[in-house]
Amino acid sequence: MFADFYNYWVVIILMMLGFYIVISDSNLIKKMIGLSIFQTSVFILFISMSKVDGGTAPILAEKFTTYSNPLPHVLILTAIVVGVATTALGLAIIARIHAAYGTIDEDIIHALDDDDDSHGDED
Amino acid sequence: MDIQIIVDLCLLTLLTVTAVILLRVQNLLAAVLLSGIYSLLTAGLFVTLDAVDVAFTEASVGAGLTTVLLLGALAITGREQSVKRHSRILPIAVITITAAALIYGTLDMPKFADPNAPIHTHVAPRYIEQSGEEIGVPNIVTSVLASYRGYDTLGEVTVVFTAAIGVMLLLGGRKLKNKDNDE
Amino acid sequence: MMNKKRGLILREVCNLIVPAVLLYALYVQFHGDYGPGGGFQAGVIFAAAVILYALVHGREQVEKVFPPNVIRYFVSIGLLLYAGVGVVSIFMGGNFLDYNVLAHDALHGQHLGILLIELGVGITVAAVMIIIFYVLDKFSE
Repeated sequence: MFADFYNYWVVIILMMLGFYIVISDSNLIKKMIGLSIFQTSVFILFISMSKVDGGTAPILAEKFTTYSNPLPHVLILTAIVVGVATTALGLAIIARIHAAYGTIDEDIIHALDDDDDSHGDED
Repeated sequence: MDIQIIVDLCLLTLLTVTAVILLRVQNLLAAVLLSGIYSLLTAGLFVTLDAVDVAFTEASVGAGLTTVLLLGALAITGREQSVKRHSRILPIAVITITAAALIYGTLDMPKFADPNAPIHTHVAPRYIEQSGEEIGVPNIVTSVLASYRGYDTLGEVTVVFTAAIGVMLLLGGRKLKNKDNDE
Repeated sequence: MMNKKRGLILREVCNLIVPAVLLYALYVQFHGDYGPGGGFQAGVIFAAAVILYALVHGREQVEKVFPPNVIRYFVSIGLLLYAGVGVVSIFMGGNFLDYNVLAHDALHGQHLGILLIELGVGITVAAVMIIIFYVLDKFSE
């Protein structure tokens, strides 16, 4: 049973490591990196579900009859590109946060916000 | 088949080691480069799992472009060290409970690389068998992506386009005056 | 990303590599039907070559060849090409994005349709990545 599910369990461990980086680290760029680790490990889960024993890459050729399932590949291709689009947008937001607050540490930003709230209006 | 399992296990172990080191490292430049290594190892894993198109995309986009974008963001924000301040009990409890629930969920999944899994027996054989006659393109992933599911790919290109518009709107205007210093 | 003059080895190796990478991007774009590849990968590889040149020789040099005002239009041209193929199929009698009606034969129509939309995807992705790099670099000055 271990050999049957080893792929899935390691993927779950990687997912949880990425998730831990997102929820416990206070630096915004480290959170983006943790999010990208989480995303990539989900891709590994989908691609390991698509593998067929004894199959080959899904490119038609005369010598092969069994191919791996191409549908999850299409899904994950789209997901990778959408992931880089969200990463780029997230990094642009982080750059603006840095220009507005002077720091990218989440705790310091919350403290600055609390200071501003107690002093008056802050847009 | 044996060598494939060994390569699979080695790559997965290296991935776990990289993720654990990424968790503990505090220098942001090291973290960015480690994430590039992670993407490259994932691309190698995809090749072992017969997903060559996905490996190509992951290597070029993940290990190439995401690293450049992260380095660009580091150039803007500076190489601050990331300091851990909170106690770690609550995050560890959350991830342990989530991991236990997910592992319990995977016990019902079909075995790894089983040819009779439900995912391989309903829709996929139709695409594999008829893609040659209906479209005539050897790469089945391209034919599904561009022809059978072409509408979804249009949505995906629109997402990339929207990301470009978003970044241009956020960062493309006049630069804000920094509060403390001008570089 | 300051604009100081990089070392000799870096500049010479970059001058050697960049044409090969651009050519490889075109190869991947048009051989996406016969092997792994396609529009996304090709666009990213093309952008990676341009970004490499910009990192080594400075953004000012690259902006003479790929000016941001023009690349901004290419971002939309790729998407318009993709949607345009769909609309042309409506005018020729099929559904939206139905490639069978684009040529005299269903198989040739599919080939032509896939070629055109992968070109559109490649143009958009390359332009988007180049523009994002330009904007990030300009903001960090």
